[in-house]
Amino acid sequence: MPRSGNYSERKRNKMKEQLAKIKEEALAAFRAAEDAAALDELRVKYLGKKGELTGVLKMMGRLSPQERPVMGQLANDVRAALEKALEESSRKLEAAALELRLKAEAVDVTVPGESVSIGHQHPMNIALDELKDIFIGMGFTVMDGPEVELAELNFDRLNAEEGHPSRDWSDTFYFDTDSRVMLRSQTSPMQVRAMDTMPLPIRIVAPGRVYRKDEVDATHSPMFHQVEGLVIDRGVTMADLKGALNAVAEKLFGEGTQTRFRPHHFPFTEPSCEMDVQCYKCGGAGCPTCKGEGWIELLGAGMVHPRVLEMSGIDPEVYSGWAFGFGLERLALRRFKIDDLRLIFENDVRFLEQF
Amino acid sequence: MKLSRKWLSGFVTVEAGDKEFAEAMTLSGSKVETTGDLGAEIRNVVVGRIRKMERHPDSDHMWVCRVDAAKNEPVQIVTGAWNIHEGDLVPVALHKSVLPGGKKIEKGKLRGVLSDGMLCSLSELGLDERDFPYAAITAAALLNDYHPIDPEKPSIPADIQPGHKIFGPVVAAKAERVENAGVNRWRCTLSHAGQDGPAAVTVETSCQNIHGGDLVAFNTSSGSLCTPADLHAEQREFPHCINDGIFVLHEDCQPGDDIRPVINADDHVVEFEITPNRPDCLSVIGLAREVSATFHTPLRLHEPVVKGGGPGMLPELLDVETPDPELCPRYTARMVRNVKIAPSPKWMRERLRSMGVRPINNIVDITNYVMLEYGQPMHAFDYRYVKGGKIIVRRARAGEELTTLDGNVRKLTENMLVIADETRAVGLAGIMGGENSEIVDDTVDVVFESANFDGTCIRRAALALGMRTEASAKFEKGLDPLNTLPAVNRACELVELLGAGEVVDGVIDILNHVPQPTVLRLEPEKINALLGTDVPAEEMRDILRSLDFDVKDDAVTVPSWRSDVLRMADLAEEVARFHGYNNIPVTLQRGETTQGGYSPLQLAERRLGSVCRSCGYSEIITYSFISPSCYDKIGWAPDEPLRDSLKILNPLGEDTSIMRTTTLPSMLEILSRNYSYRNRSARLYEIGRIYLPGGPDGLANEPKMLTMGAYGEGFSFFTLKGAVEALLRDLRVADVRFTACQADPSYHPGRCAGVYAGEKLLGVMGQIHPSVAANYDVDCELYCAELSFDALLEVQGPGAEYAPLPRFPAVSRDIAVVCREEITAGALEACIRRSGGKLLRDIALFDIYRGSGVAEGSKSVAFSLTLRSDERSITAAEADGEIGEILAALEKELGATLR
Repeated sequence: MPRSGNYSERKRNKMKEQLAKIKEEALAAFRAAEDAAALDELRVKYLGKKGELTGVLKMMGRLSPQERPVMGQLANDVRAALEKALEESSRKLEAAALELRLKAEAVDVTVPGESVSIGHQHPMNIALDELKDIFIGMGFTVMDGPEVELAELNFDRLNAEEGHPSRDWSDTFYFDTDSRVMLRSQTSPMQVRAMDTMPLPIRIVAPGRVYRKDEVDATHSPMFHQVEGLVIDRGVTMADLKGALNAVAEKLFGEGTQTRFRPHHFPFTEPSCEMDVQCYKCGGAGCPTCKGEGWIELLGAGMVHPRVLEMSGIDPEVYSGWAFGFGLERLALRRFKIDDLRLIFENDVRFLEQF
Repeated sequence: MKLSRKWLSGFVTVEAGDKEFAEAMTLSGSKVETTGDLGAEIRNVVVGRIRKMERHPDSDHMWVCRVDAAKNEPVQIVTGAWNIHEGDLVPVALHKSVLPGGKKIEKGKLRGVLSDGMLCSLSELGLDERDFPYAAITAAALLNDYHPIDPEKPSIPADIQPGHKIFGPVVAAKAERVENAGVNRWRCTLSHAGQDGPAAVTVETSCQNIHGGDLVAFNTSSGSLCTPADLHAEQREFPHCINDGIFVLHEDCQPGDDIRPVINADDHVVEFEITPNRPDCLSVIGLAREVSATFHTPLRLHEPVVKGGGPGMLPELLDVETPDPELCPRYTARMVRNVKIAPSPKWMRERLRSMGVRPINNIVDITNYVMLEYGQPMHAFDYRYVKGGKIIVRRARAGEELTTLDGNVRKLTENMLVIADETRAVGLAGIMGGENSEIVDDTVDVVFESANFDGTCIRRAALALGMRTEASAKFEKGLDPLNTLPAVNRACELVELLGAGEVVDGVIDILNHVPQPTVLRLEPEKINALLGTDVPAEEMRDILRSLDFDVKDDAVTVPSWRSDVLRMADLAEEVARFHGYNNIPVTLQRGETTQGGYSPLQLAERRLGSVCRSCGYSEIITYSFISPSCYDKIGWAPDEPLRDSLKILNPLGEDTSIMRTTTLPSMLEILSRNYSYRNRSARLYEIGRIYLPGGPDGLANEPKMLTMGAYGEGFSFFTLKGAVEALLRDLRVADVRFTACQADPSYHPGRCAGVYAGEKLLGVMGQIHPSVAANYDVDCELYCAELSFDALLEVQGPGAEYAPLPRFPAVSRDIAVVCREEITAGALEACIRRSGGKLLRDIALFDIYRGSGVAEGSKSVAFSLTLRSDERSITAAEADGEIGEILAALEKELGATLR
């Protein structure tokens, strides 16, 4: 047995033992490490430049050239195993640390959020915006006009001539003794303004404030809001009026809403009608909301009176039209189940914040 | 307008129940408000005859009655009422009956005696004395019911005996016998001891509560029985001698009859909303015509027939002049002589009552009856008060006075029409008669007036006098002048039918205006084109004929009562009504399409509103009119030009009498209200108009204002300013400036700013002056901003355009400079901006410090400056150079030195 061979073999065996020992010790130590710092210390201890594995590898030079690759391979395997174990332990520790942190960061989710104050739109204008959008979708233009208005436009041009009861000083606010300038009592003068200024065909809605001499109570206010509408074109019929207003009712109250049209009277339309929608509460059976009738009045409408067209210089033989008027308060009150009109103009923030 | 269905059935037969009837009428244009079954709440109440009455064995005031109600056995009923007698017919609520108001009656025991139901009073049947005037009760004072107020000191001794004196000529007497002597008349045989020993006397009385054995107070001087009032006694001294009791029937009825027809509770009443264009429907006949057309059943009209033959010649008795023919298109009158004033018969009273009219006497009831039936107001005067036998329908003289039937003295003007004789006014034409010519019990000769007056004149007079009556409400809508003659004849016919008097032959009829019938051409294709229908011409003709239009081929003659029908569109409505509005097809919009949408102004308004809300402000809506005192409350000088406001001449009140030229008082009022409601904070905005005199056509200029208002803990000038800045940023307004403003008297002089875009003033904002806040009862800080909507729109920036994101890093430098207190942050910032070069991109103030280390009267202001180039990364040296120049300028221009 060559001496050198024995020597070499011993060396080799010793290295093998050392490597196995390092591996065993290191793996155990990595597993036992309690935190990232301890683990790092172990990394230096075993894998660092002055570490134990490096120490063993340094002895590689004493091996024969034939043995070196074999031992090299062995040492690299150990290194790889250690690095892998180190990484695993490190991941485990990180996960544990994260878990701890998350635990510590837990909050009481039932504590209220930081308040963000957002303002509220007035319920009247919510209802109005809804209406406007419906009509815009139907090709209507939104029109605005004066509230201090000529009696001529508010009455005469709408076929309510001298002597019409609504012209009385007990009903309408006036600014001069000749009863020439007044606060408009309806949005209907906007019909006249549209006919006087706009090219045909006309499709407008005109929402706004109107004024009547009513004392304030749960259902009356000297100032309230209406939405006027006017369509003028060739060959417009009452069937068109019904079609359009039915579509509006469906958009306001849902598809399939039943409506009915009743004859009525307005000086500036002929034929005139009122439109009812089937009571949303009882479905037409009759209940306190609809006063047992099964129907709720929604709006007044009619075919534009030929005299009104004539007064605006539109030939009723060629053109016809229909018009309507909503009471916006009534719509908003019903929409939001508000039982007292005074709340609308009181502007209590506890009221406003509900919308 | 109420309608009795019983009365209606005299003209047209309709089987429909109330609900079906109401629905059909509503859909044909006569809107039904309510329907009512007058007897809906009455069950199992019958007529009974009192056979026997005995005093309750165990009560000092109750009677036990045996009542014949056409049952096998008499019904035993206990009652506490004293006005009934054996033989009376009374309403009996039997065991298990129901009375109005849902009151249920069952048998029970009263002080141990079985009562198998209840006898009813008027009110228990839902009636009152106006319905049955004869059922009024007068009670005598019965001494056996006397309960002294102080038992120690009775005014009448407990042991009083017949013949004992009570006071003066009044003595106690015993009713030996009580016999009926007609409706509400009783003959009592009394015994009392007179001066000459025992005496017997028979007296007649209308007091209904006396029965044999009662002790009464007899006035020997007047020969009458005393009531508690006659004895100057309080009601509680005679607790059971009250003017109330059982309804004793004097109707044509038998025991066992259902009470409902007896008291007319079997009628159904329908209440209509009649539109002002249809005064013809304010009558039974007018409505009957609509019913007939709605239900396709014939209308049965009746032509009044007057026998006449009363004494005298009408032209000799009566003359009528109408000096103001335009106010009195027609005046028709007839005379009735030897009138016997009495209650009208039951059927007439019932019909009047069903339609809500109170019966009075036969002549007055006839005028009301005809008014309801024909829709023609009528008036009856007492002829003896028409001096000179001449009626003059003239304008009142200025200052002339007339006492109307309601007892009020009316001061008249020349715009009012009166009915007068040669000396004085005897009635207000078309509104109300005069007290001086009222029909009274001894009226002998009556003039019936059936006239047509100018509607506007009547309406104005009624309004001016504040006395809108049933008659004036009809006249003001314009009545059919051809209706006066049939109406007056109907009245005379009724007089003869009721035997109320003798009608003089002949009619006075002054026709100042002869109406010409309207004749229209029926153009079925045009009607169909307007309605969007395909109604055959023959159906149109049938509809018009059913409404009594005269249709010959294409010529339609409109009946005189339909002055509302003037042209094709009106005929179209008649056709549509009876063809059915709901049978008109439903079509979708046709024709040229139009582009709907908002104007830029409306879009801006929506946008502003949504930014306000995202800043935490809630929207309010306030009245456009305010009180003139508001201008004082917000501290405006007496000569402030904006005080010039449009004034409402007929406001509801001072508080709503002028159109606001500022929205500030409206906002302050709402803030104040919320504060008084103890709402801890409020942030509000309104987009509303102000109304400035001097617009086109004498109208107003009505610019819109955006008003913001707030209060609450932690709210400061800068909280509001932040919101205003956010708004302006959202509108992309360039070159925004806030300038201290001390001149606005509504605001705190040290906490108020004018808001500008460049040189353009947008509005004002700041803290409300504490004394103004105090005027609104608020003792905390209020903040408001008033921005002109037009100005905002004018300075609104162009739409968004993308600017490339920075490619090179910015350098940020913080500087703090010390300057004198009066140097504003704005001035410092402007100086920095001016002196900074192209690299200076942003300036942000982040601290203002006063105190140790900074001299008194100075402050330290710290800015964070951002420098950046779009071409390259800038070096520290470049940045330092830039900052150095800025610091130099700050020092040179404002004396601000680096801290």
